[in-house]
Amino acid sequence: MSAILPPSERIWWNQPVDKLELTWISIAFVWALVMFGMMIWWHAYGNQNLANETYRTTKEMFAAKAQAVVDKYTVRTETELQVPVVAPPPGSDIYLIARLWAWWPIFELEHGKTYTLHLSAMDYMHGFSLQPQNINIQVHPNYEHVIKITPNARGTYSIVCNEFCGIGHHTMAGRLYVK
Amino acid sequence: METTYRICPRSGLQFEDQAEKLMRFHAVCGVLSLLVGGIMALGVILTRWPAVHLLPADIFYLVLTAHGVDMLIFWIIFFEMAVLIFASSTLLRCRIATPKIAWFSSWLMVVGAIMTNIAIFQGESSVMFTSYVPMQAKWHFYLGLILFAVGALLICFVFLGTLVVAKAENTYEGSIPLVTFGALTACIIAIFTIAGGAIILVPTFFWSIGYIREIDTLMYRVIWWSLGHSSQQINVSAHVAIWYAIAAIVFGAKPMSEKVSRTAYFLYILFLQLASAHHILSDPGMSSEWKIVNTSYFMYFAVFASMIHGMTVPGAIEQAQRLKGYNKGLFEWLRKAPWGNPAFSAMFLSLVGFGFLGGITGVMMGAEQLNMLIHNTIYVPGHFHATVVVGTTLAFMGLTYFLVPALFKREVMFPGFAKIQPYLYGLAMYIVSLVMMGAGTLGVSRRHWDMAFAGAPMAYEWPGAAYLMMGLTGIFGVVAIVGGAGWILQIVLSIFFGKKLEGGEQRSIPQVLTLPPPTPGGAAHPPATPGTLVLALVFLTAFILYYFVNWKYLSSLWGLS
Repeated sequence: MSAILPPSERIWWNQPVDKLELTWISIAFVWALVMFGMMIWWHAYGNQNLANETYRTTKEMFAAKAQAVVDKYTVRTETELQVPVVAPPPGSDIYLIARLWAWWPIFELEHGKTYTLHLSAMDYMHGFSLQPQNINIQVHPNYEHVIKITPNARGTYSIVCNEFCGIGHHTMAGRLYVK
Repeated sequence: METTYRICPRSGLQFEDQAEKLMRFHAVCGVLSLLVGGIMALGVILTRWPAVHLLPADIFYLVLTAHGVDMLIFWIIFFEMAVLIFASSTLLRCRIATPKIAWFSSWLMVVGAIMTNIAIFQGESSVMFTSYVPMQAKWHFYLGLILFAVGALLICFVFLGTLVVAKAENTYEGSIPLVTFGALTACIIAIFTIAGGAIILVPTFFWSIGYIREIDTLMYRVIWWSLGHSSQQINVSAHVAIWYAIAAIVFGAKPMSEKVSRTAYFLYILFLQLASAHHILSDPGMSSEWKIVNTSYFMYFAVFASMIHGMTVPGAIEQAQRLKGYNKGLFEWLRKAPWGNPAFSAMFLSLVGFGFLGGITGVMMGAEQLNMLIHNTIYVPGHFHATVVVGTTLAFMGLTYFLVPALFKREVMFPGFAKIQPYLYGLAMYIVSLVMMGAGTLGVSRRHWDMAFAGAPMAYEWPGAAYLMMGLTGIFGVVAIVGGAGWILQIVLSIFFGKKLEGGEQRSIPQVLTLPPPTPGGAAHPPATPGTLVLALVFLTAFILYYFVNWKYLSSLWGLS
């Protein structure tokens, strides 16, 4: 009779399906396939695909690699905390540390050049949120995530933390320059 | 076992004594959780409203944790347990299996819920609903969740047992009703989900008391989301069942096709579970192949199923209305629907909001690459307030307007308020979802105490539009809370002080559901549903546009590979 009663026709699986209903089902099915194909297509033809290259690491190992780049390419420091501003040559590997409650160091990159960004956290999980681009990536401790980035616009960017990381979470914001 | 059955004179439904008491118990526990969660919502919204910024940071994170846990777990699962009992014992007209185990499990859920709430309000477990490691809550935070989940799991088995009882005692003929089939889907998904929860929460509990040294963060996220996301898929199955139920109760609507609707539910069982991948799309460590197959429910089969339900529910209503003679034009059936009946208006707002606001955005953000645009921004809570609040909670509220007279034998008080309540709450929540998603599109973070970054050495300044959106979130959030609080007050007062209604005939043996003799030459051909197809096509157009606008937006970003 109705949806709260057993089907009135015992052999309900043999009842014909309404034409308009079938039309909709076919449209929905095709749309589902289009959306599935879209993600694959973007891997072949799109320019924004998050790399999955990942290594296990330790806090010490990652911090040492980050320190080496900072020691080599620091051009100046900023804020009272003397955060190093690092300008590595295009194509190099750069290591961004996420920790309570800072992104370290500040990078100065060149427009249109590709860099290999390594992300890892020193304590809790953090959220890499590049603003105003609005690119958002999860950052784990003990995992090193390797992503090739090519900045396509000059300016001063902020890196906001958008994974809850304790009481000082709202103070965790860093900077990044593209020249 | 001795028991009695009551035939409700208003709905014609038959309530078994123990089942009826269990349903009332779970409905009441659910509403109490909603009350706590709702008070917490006020704290959250008044802090995220930049001009008000009410609470200090530590209290804000505590309140946000409580809001998430009480709403997403306790309110919804308590209510779902009532739905499971309703869909088995009441709709199949049989006694409930093992009532003692059911009561034990119900109390276990209550103990668990209280224990977790105590842990949160003690202040050292502000780890959010997701409790990501290595941030650690107190041991009783996890233990409470585990006890609650065990209780819920046992009631799932009571539900399955009740299906067996109904079959064995022949209390119905033919197949189980579609709504029961939907509840069965919810139950099967719940069992998977709780198993996933146990696999991760039990070791996390041992970690919190020092028996395990370390929990891997990526493993935690992957497995935890098989609890966190899948529990929302229980909601989808349950509230779709409620849509069908309300369409049946209000209009006597018959499913357009039992075969299609049941197949769509079956697709849920097969594919909804994969969706925990939605949360891992912007994480390191999992391959793109894994992400694409899982996030799309293996080629979007679950989205496909939801699109089917999204058409067949209003389609069933259209057919029922056309049979009653509302045949003019494309939409007379809809115009002449009982918009003043809160059970219907809540259900319809739930259906439209879930589809347009929750569904479209959910699929967009679940595309592997597009996820980077919104991961951990306030877009995410914007989306799930459209699915879980507009979709699930509003459907539950609608059903409650029916349950108060049928189950609690009381008349709903303040009928004038009842008429507008679904609009007040539902439409305010539509706007809240939209403006949160707007702010998220601009990048504003979720779970963030201060968008002005007070005290940060390198603060970021959000654009003015982001502040505007968050201000609107505050204003309409308060309106929604007023609508929700009004509902709680109305339901609680009605249950205690509403006009008593006649209970109906008491029987010692159940009245069996019999099928009418088959119609000679097959059932009459039901009317076509052009109005619904037009609505569905409007939906599809919005879907396609929004989907590709976001790809366009993605294409403007930095190159990433």
